[in-house]
This record gives sequence, C-alpha cells and structure tokens, in this order.
Amino acid sequence: MQLTNRAKVLEKKPMTLAERAYLPAIFQGLSITMRHFFMKKATVRYPEEVRPFSGFFRGLHVLKRDEQGRERCTACGLCAVACPAEAITMVAGERKKGEEGLYREEKYAVSYEINMLRCIFCGLCEEACPKAAIYLQPDKMAPPRFERDEFTYGKDRLVEPVSPDERSVRGIQLTPEQADKLRARIM
Amino acid sequence: MLELPALGWQSIVIFVVFALSLLIATYCTYAERVIAAFLQDRVGPDRAGPFGLLQPLADAVKMFTKEEFFPGGANKALFVVGPCLAMITALMSSAVIPFGNTMSFGNNAFFLQGIEVNIGMLWIFGVVSLGVYGVMIGGWASNNKFSLLGAVRAASQNISYELAMGMSLIAVLMISGTLSLREITLQQSVAGEWQMWNIVKQPIGFIIFLVCAFAETNRTPFDLPECETELVGGYHTEYSSMKLGLYLFSEYVNIFVVSAVMSVLYFGGFNFPFQYELRDWFVNSQGWELDSAQNLITILGTVGLFLKIFAFIFFFMWVRWTLPRFRYDQLMRLGWTILIPLAVFNIVLTGGLILFGVI
Repeated sequence: MQLTNRAKVLEKKPMTLAERAYLPAIFQGLSITMRHFFMKKATVRYPEEVRPFSGFFRGLHVLKRDEQGRERCTACGLCAVACPAEAITMVAGERKKGEEGLYREEKYAVSYEINMLRCIFCGLCEEACPKAAIYLQPDKMAPPRFERDEFTYGKDRLVEPVSPDERSVRGIQLTPEQADKLRARIM
Repeated sequence: MLELPALGWQSIVIFVVFALSLLIATYCTYAERVIAAFLQDRVGPDRAGPFGLLQPLADAVKMFTKEEFFPGGANKALFVVGPCLAMITALMSSAVIPFGNTMSFGNNAFFLQGIEVNIGMLWIFGVVSLGVYGVMIGGWASNNKFSLLGAVRAASQNISYELAMGMSLIAVLMISGTLSLREITLQQSVAGEWQMWNIVKQPIGFIIFLVCAFAETNRTPFDLPECETELVGGYHTEYSSMKLGLYLFSEYVNIFVVSAVMSVLYFGGFNFPFQYELRDWFVNSQGWELDSAQNLITILGTVGLFLKIFAFIFFFMWVRWTLPRFRYDQLMRLGWTILIPLAVFNIVLTGGLILFGVI
C-alpha cells in the first residue's frame, strides 16, 4: 500500500574501498572532535560566574521601603490570600507613637515569613499587593541551604536594607547573622 | 662500557622509571577527564587545586577509603591476585625501554635505561601477554557471569590482536635485524648520515601496530572487556576500592608503555632531528667538552621521547572520545580477516623492498 508519493527506494550499494578501510571515516571523526577541542566551552563555573537572568526573571522576594525609608507593607494579607502555594504568613500589629519613621501605615507586619520551599515564584503576591510593597527581584535567587528552617525567610532577610544594597552580586541572600550585622551598622 | 657502578645506576633508573610511570598514569586519569571534557565542549575537573591538578589525589583518597567488597562465592585469593597481577605486569614492561642515550661522567658511561638486553622486544611482548592473566583471573574469581564474559572477551581479543601485532613487528625486525630496543633506536639515527625514522619505512606496519595497541590496552574502540552497555562493568564488575583502582591504573600504565614502545619502534625513540649538528655546534662553536655536549643531547632526547609518548597518550584519549565501540563480531573480523592478512602482506612487501635494496 502506498500512502504518499515520497516513498524512496533504498539501494544497498556495496561499500567503496575507502569506506571499507574505515580509516578515512575515523580521521573525519577525529577532526570533528579536534575542532570541538578548541571551541568555546559551554560550562558556567557557577559560584564564580552566573548566567545572566532575563529582565523579568522572578527571583527572591523583597519588601520595599518608600522614599523616606519606611516599610510599605501594611499587613493587609492580600498577598497571602493570593498565594497559590500558601507560602506567606504574617502577623499584623499596630504602629505605636514614635514609629512613624519606620512604618508608613498605621498597621504594619510584625512578622512576615515566606517559606521558599513552598513558594513557586509565580509573582501573584506582587500583583495582589495594593501598597507596592512586595516584589520578586529579577537578579536574586533563593540559594540552596542545608537546613529546612533556613528556607523560611523572615523580615530580617526580606526587607530591603535602608542603605544601598550591599548584598552579594551573585544573588545569594544574606544569612540572618550577616543581616543582623548589617542592620547594626545601619542603625 | 658499563663499569661496576652500573648496577647502582640501573637501580636508580629503574626506580625513577617506576615512579615516573606511576606519576604519568596518575595524571593520565586527570588528562583523560580534561581531554574528554574539552572534546565535549566542557571544562572538566577544575576545583581541586589550580586547574584541578590535585584531582588525582582526591580520586586516590576516594579509592582508598571506599569499602572493600568481596562477592559471595568468590575465590578470595585469586580475587586479590587478579588486580595485583595486572598492575605488576603493566609496570614490569617499562624496564627495557631505552628512555635516553648514554650519559658519561668521567670514565663512567651509563644508559638511561633499566636493563639493556638483546631481547627487549620479546620481553615486552611476553610481559604484555601476561597482563591478560590479571584480567582473566580477576574476572573468573569474581563468581559473576558478566565478569567472566568480560574476561573471556579480553582473553580472545588479546590473543587475536597479538598475532597481528607480532607480525607487524616482524617487518620492523627485518629492517633492524635486532630485538634490542636500544639498537633499534640507534639505527634510526646514525651519526653523520641521514637516517629515516621507521615510520617512513613501515607505514602499514605502524597502522597495524597502532590498531593492535588499542586492542591490547583494552581502549575504545576495542574496550569490549569492560563494555558497560552489555556487561555492566566487564571483568571489574565486582571490584571496588583500590582493587578497582589498580585495574584502572594498570590500563593507564599499559597505555604509557605501549606509547613508549611505539615511539621507540617507529618514531625514533630518543632521537630528534639535527641532534648531531646541535652537538657539534656546542663542541665547535661554544667550546664545550664532547662529554657534556653529549649529555645535554641525551637529556634533550629524553625530553623529546617523553613528548612523543605524551602525544601518543593524547592520541589514545582523543580516539577514545571520538569513536564508538566495535561489535564483538566486527572486532574479530577486523583482527582475523583484515589485520593479519595485511600484516603478512606487509612482511612480504618489506622483504621485497629489502631484497631490491630500497630500504
């Protein structure tokens, strides 16, 4: 039965002497691999060099501050509701007198935790936020860690530092100790 | 020429050659991984030390600290003897290879060679063919079907290819008229007259020898004894820890030895072009003594020989990461119906050329 007109009759030709000698084919193969020997290598030596992220990469979260350095987050909980992975938990608190320089709204997040093992980095929290407080950074990733509880990022690691970002360019977030040290220097 | 301190000198040379072959084999593991990586557009191990140069050390530590496993029903004594035999035979054959010409100190002259015997070629062949016993014994003692199959393959492959290898050598011996590796080397460059290396006189023989060398060292495309796709790990399926390390190591020592043999037989050994002109230049224009000039040439020749050896080792690895493995019947057909007739033809051809005085 003929299904198409593209059927091709294959002829099994006897091999020529050069083909049977096998050596020309070997030299051809050797020249191909030798060309690859001098080619640019595809390897990215990871901790020293990182591949460039795309402009709209959704990486590690950051809780932004406003122009006066106050935390934008008002702990409304919309991000937690929007989160399909239920990775966000927060505890709201009332701003006390004298804390106006720290928090923009009268209500603020006493604790704000994102579990990076649950998070699927969809960016829905970013879309849900009415105060433009939470963003997924395009240049930082949640790095691998040894312990499970190290993946629960609290405010210490999420809130944007007051001074210009001194964190590593590799996209690795600070450990709590390093963050404490940095905050102590700022305060 | 050889005086009493020759024995002391010989033991030093043997010790150095022993250490060198181990060192080279160690760094062959590193070179293999780096070359494989480069041929595949990767960079290979680069974490341990600068450029990953301490990687063999890390591998050795890994090998030594792994669990030593004896399979149930294995013949324990032979299970241990197998890798030892493979390693011993691999190391033994480098004793007769002339790594350099004569060194003279005052009245004493030494060969840069372990033992100078007039049957050097035979010694290497004898020892190399013993090497298959290591594989054979190890494979049998493992009490494992795959190991045994690998061992049987290794044995039949080595026997088949030794025939063609020996016959390609006969052509060289017809030209040289001696089995001594030093004599063969010296014949490839005689002072005062222009002598070609044997590769020019024996191109067919060299190709046969090269192919057989790949088969003898169980390297791709002839690595059927350890064919992972069919036989798990071949003869060393059941081996772990440093016993496996010895098998893998002996393969690299074998490559080193066979590269040295090829350099000596076909590529002039420690000779390099214009060596006598260079020596005369040192003596006549620079006012050196003949002895010291000769010693310098000897050292340069040794360096040259090692460069040739490294080039061959590189070629072995280059081929390994280029060609796929032969099928078993293809391997046997190539050995028996192509290489052996070709080798016989080469002998006849060489005989004819000698008879008519061409070479």
